[in-house]
Amino acid sequence: MARELTFKDAINEALAQEMARDETVIAMGEDNVGGMGAEGEIDAWGGVLGVTKGLHAQVGDRIMDTPITESAFIGAAAGAAACGMRPVAELMFIDFMGVCFDQIFNQAAKFKYMFGGKAETPLVVRTMIGAGLRAASQHSQCLYPVFTHIPGLKVVIPSNPYDAKGLMIQSIRDNDPVIFCEHKSLYGLKGDVPEGSYAIPFNEANVVREGGDVTVVAMGMMVHKAMEAASALAKEGIQCEVIDPRTTSPLDLETIIESVENTGRLVVVDESNPRCSMAADISAQVTEQAFGSLRGPVKMVTAPHCPPPFSDVLEDLYIPSPEKIAEAVRALK
Amino acid sequence: MNLNEAQLLQAYRKMRQIRAFEDRVHDEFATGEIPGFVHLYAGEEASAVGFCMHLNDEDRIASTHRGHGHCIAKGVEIKGMMSEIYGRRNGTCAGKGGSMHIADLEKGMMGANGIVGAGPPLICGAGLAAKFRKNGGVAIAFVGDGGSNQGTTLESLNLATVWNLPCIFVAENNGYAESTGSKWSVSCENIADRAAAFGMPGVVVDGHDFFAVYEVAGEAIKRAREGGGPTLIECKLNRYYGHFEGDAQTYRGVDEVKKVKESKDCLMLFSKRVTEQGLLTQAQLDAIDKEVAAEIEASVAHAKSSAKPTSADLMTDVYVSYP
Ligand SMILES: Cc1ncc(C[n+]2csc(CCOP(=O)(O)OP(=O)(O)O)c2C)c(N)n1
Ligand SMILES: [Mg+2]
Repeated sequence: MARELTFKDAINEALAQEMARDETVIAMGEDNVGGMGAEGEIDAWGGVLGVTKGLHAQVGDRIMDTPITESAFIGAAAGAAACGMRPVAELMFIDFMGVCFDQIFNQAAKFKYMFGGKAETPLVVRTMIGAGLRAASQHSQCLYPVFTHIPGLKVVIPSNPYDAKGLMIQSIRDNDPVIFCEHKSLYGLKGDVPEGSYAIPFNEANVVREGGDVTVVAMGMMVHKAMEAASALAKEGIQCEVIDPRTTSPLDLETIIESVENTGRLVVVDESNPRCSMAADISAQVTEQAFGSLRGPVKMVTAPHCPPPFSDVLEDLYIPSPEKIAEAVRALK
Repeated sequence: MNLNEAQLLQAYRKMRQIRAFEDRVHDEFATGEIPGFVHLYAGEEASAVGFCMHLNDEDRIASTHRGHGHCIAKGVEIKGMMSEIYGRRNGTCAGKGGSMHIADLEKGMMGANGIVGAGPPLICGAGLAAKFRKNGGVAIAFVGDGGSNQGTTLESLNLATVWNLPCIFVAENNGYAESTGSKWSVSCENIADRAAAFGMPGVVVDGHDFFAVYEVAGEAIKRAREGGGPTLIECKLNRYYGHFEGDAQTYRGVDEVKKVKESKDCLMLFSKRVTEQGLLTQAQLDAIDKEVAAEIEASVAHAKSSAKPTSADLMTDVYVSYP
């Protein structure tokens, strides 16, 4: 049965159900429980924005706090994954990847290949992405293209509560290392989520809105901005087909190309910086593989080539807006 | 103690400025006007001021996400800081950094920092630069108890000894990293105990006691200036507010903060000592309180009435030059 859950609670439920189902699933992160070594309440935080709240009561010591030592505990999660566990480690903000990236991209990502196929590393790294909270340059980035670049890593970017639960369950069951990107502005978003357990396979884009004029690909928070743009454009008689790839690695290019074959026009919306972004990547792949179907240039709507700024005026300019998306679509019509 | 009257007044003024600044930001944050993540330093003033009283503009410090106190202690202008926190164009960082990134390199303040443990390596670099440039400068990294566990911090301790750098590492142990107790997260009894493993002196000091901090800081800074290498100093202290503004703090013990405020508040201890010993009068301290209150009031009014950045500012200062 479906009922409404927030994006945040959907992830929490996925973790709870998988941890109940499989004893090898463990979770760890800074303040994932909270209150360790303190006089007050245990489970005082449940993660910095409360995503893991309440899990400690359900799974006990299988959810663990960590000191602030990302290199060690993300690495430990990778090591434990290679030794039969299924760790879900939280890298609080994706911006902190700099502290622990070696353990992710030189270690976890490469074991399988480098060891001649002998290793499996079923690791999940949960991490917050995105701007909008006035959190400035070191807490607002969308660095998923960096992870997408690395062979051996899978990258998941859910945009709604239903997908968040199903993709988290798949991420935990998947036998490769997965970077699970949670847009912090989506945590409060509500949507229908089935109570039972279900996994959404990777490499299956979601066609969020059908339309015959322009294909708009967007991920994470940008799906919602693209949908806003699409509603406005529909009033002008322009029908957008909005596609959420849900995973950037693997990327369901087939669904995107199928749509482009029909519309002949493509706009890719990506909250990351433009160079070597998902927008650039998807544009290039579609251009290479479906050039004949395109009736105009591919348009990219991204953040500009600058760090996320603090001041609200600047941050609002930084984040791709429905207006900018609509403008890009109109330019193609 | 070798502090003259002017220095004592200066120390008190700085600590009062920090306290008044933080109390006011706390109140203003509650009105919803201040955006983003804000971490307040109230309660920890004696540490920042006890160290920075020894420093000049050539000396460098690196701070943490809880940076307002270090900024004020190092001489960053209060008006500019307040404007920055409000995201105004005339802020210390032109409204691009906010509370977590206030920096003023001319004052030797290398930045608050959103990345826990990012300061110590940078401070090794500041120490290295001082050494090469032979300017007699020292460099101080402030980290929290949580930050003391970060690999970057531990690697920096090793590097500073290996390169014999004029660096001081100050672990401000306020008992918590977010909601996690330092009794749990730190693997040894005192953070300063780790100094032995890195071949440097380690000192524990009561971070509520300005005079104790000032003395310990003075010795370490003197040694560093004379080429005697780095020191790790742990200040045991308390933060009065939550980890960030909006933290419900259910992990804390009942009356924990109240008890600290009543028994060892750094401003209270300082006032008591200087008046009892006849070094300063209560009237002198009261006068400073009044001046500081007016200064903070003016900084808020100034910030609120200042312009925000404009679209023309978005793409500036990404590079020094870029075709
Ligand atoms: C690399 C990194 N990891 C985690 C965080 C999130 N975070 C911000 S402050 C903080 C706690 C820091 O505790 P401590 O070092 O004791 O400093 P305090 O807040 O007590 O001043 C954490 C975990 C971060 N900003 N950077
Ligand atoms: Mg602390």
